[in-house]
Amino acid sequence: MSNKTLPTWVDVGVLPLINVCLAFIVSGFVILLIGESPLEAVKYIVTGAFGYDEGIGYTLFYTTNFIFTGLAVSIAFHAGLFNIGGEGQAYIGGLGVGLMCLSLDSFMPWWALLPFAIAAGGAFGAAWAFIPAYLQAYRGSHVVITTIMFNFIASALMVYLLVNVLIEPGSMAPQSRSIMEAATLPSMQNLFAAIGIDIANSPLNVSIFLAMICCVLVWLLLWHTRLGYAIRMIGFNENAAVYSGINTRRIIVITMCISGAISALVGINEVMGAQERILLDFVAGAGFTGIAVALMGRNHPVGIVIASLLFGALKQGGAELSFENPDIPNNIVVVIEGLVILFCGALTLMTKPSMEKLFLKFYAKKENANV
Amino acid sequence: MSEFILILLSTLDSTIRVSTPLILCAMAGLFSERSGIVDIGLEGKMLGGAFAAAAVASITGSAWIGLSAAIGVSVCMALLHGFACITHKGNQVVSGLAINILASGLTVTLGIAWFHQGGQTPLLSGDARFYSIDLPGALAVADVPVIGAIYSQLISGHNALVYLAFFTVPVTWWIVYQTRFGLRLRAVGENPQAVDTAGISVFWLRYRAVICAGILCGIAGAYLSTGQNAAFIREMSAGKGYIALAALIFGKWRPKAALLACLLFGFLEALTVRLEGVDLPLIGQVPTQLMQALPYILTVVLLAGFIGKAVAPKAIGVPYIKER
Repeated sequence: MSNKTLPTWVDVGVLPLINVCLAFIVSGFVILLIGESPLEAVKYIVTGAFGYDEGIGYTLFYTTNFIFTGLAVSIAFHAGLFNIGGEGQAYIGGLGVGLMCLSLDSFMPWWALLPFAIAAGGAFGAAWAFIPAYLQAYRGSHVVITTIMFNFIASALMVYLLVNVLIEPGSMAPQSRSIMEAATLPSMQNLFAAIGIDIANSPLNVSIFLAMICCVLVWLLLWHTRLGYAIRMIGFNENAAVYSGINTRRIIVITMCISGAISALVGINEVMGAQERILLDFVAGAGFTGIAVALMGRNHPVGIVIASLLFGALKQGGAELSFENPDIPNNIVVVIEGLVILFCGALTLMTKPSMEKLFLKFYAKKENANV
Repeated sequence: MSEFILILLSTLDSTIRVSTPLILCAMAGLFSERSGIVDIGLEGKMLGGAFAAAAVASITGSAWIGLSAAIGVSVCMALLHGFACITHKGNQVVSGLAINILASGLTVTLGIAWFHQGGQTPLLSGDARFYSIDLPGALAVADVPVIGAIYSQLISGHNALVYLAFFTVPVTWWIVYQTRFGLRLRAVGENPQAVDTAGISVFWLRYRAVICAGILCGIAGAYLSTGQNAAFIREMSAGKGYIALAALIFGKWRPKAALLACLLFGFLEALTVRLEGVDLPLIGQVPTQLMQALPYILTVVLLAGFIGKAVAPKAIGVPYIKER
């Protein structure tokens, strides 16, 4: 169907907004259904996420994770690939980050270690994405199914490693030893303290700058390089890509590896930044939220930042909400996430035809007036 | 030796128990995917069904009303999937994922709000559960060597839903391969244009396929919360829907092979429990996590084309756009 019937600002601005609003309206009904007031819930979520500096810190911390996973999902989407395995790639990527930090933390400070950690995490994440990508490109199995399987395999592998190999000697909890203080990323609190501003403690750390850099790099890659052109061409029309001489199989593998490497940066934020150790399930669903973020953000870095901020706020605000009102569990955030995926992903084409009709009418009137 | 047979029998017995939801979900997926609709939402539909069954059974005190509620909820979710993917031509994987996430959030949210037990439903007892049934003569033949033990331990003594699950396999086979509906179902998954040209509604066929899937996932859910367990526990489906999907692919989208794959994966799960902390000769201890990951690893290896080739229905995942 044609994209030309709607002006661009409606297509990328108004339509996603309408879909998100629909998701929020349905969420409101869910809150009504459990006998609570949606308006009060909104109040708690907003003040919890933005009302005080600790809340803002947590919101931006979660936002950082979602930017990484959102970018990872979107870059695969551009090549027409659905990378559902961000969760597993981030988990294994975090393992790479953690191993590098644990082996080098007594030798170098964080700023020297960071490039190594990024490289190790990226390599692990890319490797975890490589196998499904290779199977899709060269053996004809579907990347959706294999990445789902790889999420489960990653989770089993990490439990095994943490329980049997990485566990801190003498500790009962399945987690590695702490990374040395000097090798962990400075928190935003310390950073602000250095320039004389006092903010509350939160897990927010310098990874958020890395996320911003990634946004710019992904934008440059997709719209200003040869590789990005090839990626988008495959997503737009694979046959045309083949016909114009693009090695689609190779590009598919490269795209998935980049996607996996970006997912892995969640490990920088969590393992090297916030938790300062490798522990069980530190990804905590960020890989799946990344799918919602990419769908809502229309696979564009700017949209992804906005959507990540929304989901970061929902996650932090949701925790605050269930703290203030225990009758509304913070799983309501999961419901909202599901509804956003439903309306922004699966039902995008539902609202489009009616909008098109509306605009056709509008334009027809305008043209009549001109005549 | 007799001890070994006893252990084997009890492992096979638990294989049947853990395979039941897999079999139901795999057959559900078979209907949906054979019609060309990707169904990664098996997990969510089963979870929704499990919650509905436990919630309604605890209020009404009847397992059968609970089962109907589970089927109702699961079919509604299947219809939502259909509405998104068939009517509005949405991305089928995205829609399935949305259903899974929705189910995971909604069941806990509603569970906490309605029952105030941290997401659990009240413990079920009496008529609110499905209990194991002793088949006729099970006690009488129990002492007969081999056959008696197999009959009384393995075949007898499961609840009604287990038998129902095994019964759905030949029924699915019959519907898919022997009826007019089944022929059209398979055709619409391979070449929907041809079916449309023959004057048969592609949409209605696919809707019927996802409804079948919904019914079967609902039964699987009810089995989890009112048969195998006595309450709904949050996230109780625990990836079983995905294992069923893997089994369906492992069985190359065929009922009998999918059943065998479900039994294999179920056996691996039963074996995991059995082998925990046991030293095997030559191998030593097998890590539990390896056993848990084995179904997924096997499926990936199969998909890689190293053991036979799994060929999906041709039109799978492609929304049908009727030309005007």
